[in-house]
Amino acid sequence: MTRFLPFPRVSFCLLALWLLLNQAVTIGHVLLGCVIALVGGRFLTVLELPSTRVRRPGVLLRLLGLVAIDIIRSNLAVGRIILGFGRRQRKSGFVNIPLDMRNPYGLAMLACIITSTPGTLWVNFDAEKGLLMIHVLDLVDEAEWIRSIKQRYERHLLEIFE
Amino acid sequence: MSQLLLIYALAAAQVLLVLAIGCGAVRILRGPRAQDRVVGFDTSSVNAMLLLLTFGIRSGQTLYFEAALAMALFGFVGTVALAKFLLRGEVIE
Amino acid sequence: MNGIEHLPPWAAALTALLVFAGAVVTLVGSLGLLRFGTFYERVHAPTLGTTLGTVFVAAASIVCFSVLQSRPVLHEILIIGLGVVTTPIALTVLVGAARFRDTAEQSAQAHGPEGD
Repeated sequence: MTRFLPFPRVSFCLLALWLLLNQAVTIGHVLLGCVIALVGGRFLTVLELPSTRVRRPGVLLRLLGLVAIDIIRSNLAVGRIILGFGRRQRKSGFVNIPLDMRNPYGLAMLACIITSTPGTLWVNFDAEKGLLMIHVLDLVDEAEWIRSIKQRYERHLLEIFE
Repeated sequence: MSQLLLIYALAAAQVLLVLAIGCGAVRILRGPRAQDRVVGFDTSSVNAMLLLLTFGIRSGQTLYFEAALAMALFGFVGTVALAKFLLRGEVIE
Repeated sequence: MNGIEHLPPWAAALTALLVFAGAVVTLVGSLGLLRFGTFYERVHAPTLGTTLGTVFVAAASIVCFSVLQSRPVLHEILIIGLGVVTTPIALTVLVGAARFRDTAEQSAQAHGPEGD
């Protein structure tokens, strides 16, 4: 199993990608997609990625739902700021957040979540001190941001990856 | 009736997306520093990709989808290459 | 070839709404590129277009082609997935580069004007 399919999820995604691109679920395309998935999975072993496993798929789904809601909410908030509906002086700035997470996949996922949410931006992660620096467009309360990143995202990611 | 609405909505959306590309172009031309120009480029490429998708809906052909996919990929590769260039002064090490 | 004239009214209205909403969100995001004053604020602007803008336009395309060809046409999901994965990577790399340039410039200024 592990010799033929070193990265089963990646291989499955490659198969799904092939079938979506061709828009056909015929036997020929499924076979061709399987070959591509197997070869692609084998090529990934060259990179010697650290292995991981997703502990709690349910938590992952809940996290994705949470992120979707946050993206919609912050889209509205940033849109309001750009169009100038803000009623007070807006101030943007950097926030330093101490993180407990060290898993590279978890950190990568946190980076994707933070950057693709409008209004927050991943700037730098100091791996030695475990200090994450983000840029916030509408900075009101620094402690509030630290708490919400740790409570909403990091707690779930820790459950999933560690 | 609502087909006419769709045609008007598509035309309006295309105008808005062209304006959005224009915003990116203004930032490319004006951007005080190189990284501002790269942000403008990234925005313009994403907007152009969306414009291609609206052309695809207008024409009823799926051919535009592949062009949009290629556009999204090239926009990503271009932005990362430019950012790498800003970081090191060399694109490929 | 079937064109959009053959869409039933509900699908046409839904597609129109989604396409227009996506274009408006994208334009608002791109306007932010002009309105914000500093670089780090400007990087927030394109994320509007790459999240909600792309999702709306791709959903419009999914609705339109699925109804036209009377089967689920889902390959626009690839564009959404691609945008979700690639944009944060590109922006994070870019912000890192900008930060590197800023600190290099500051240290050059601190050490006197002759250093590059």
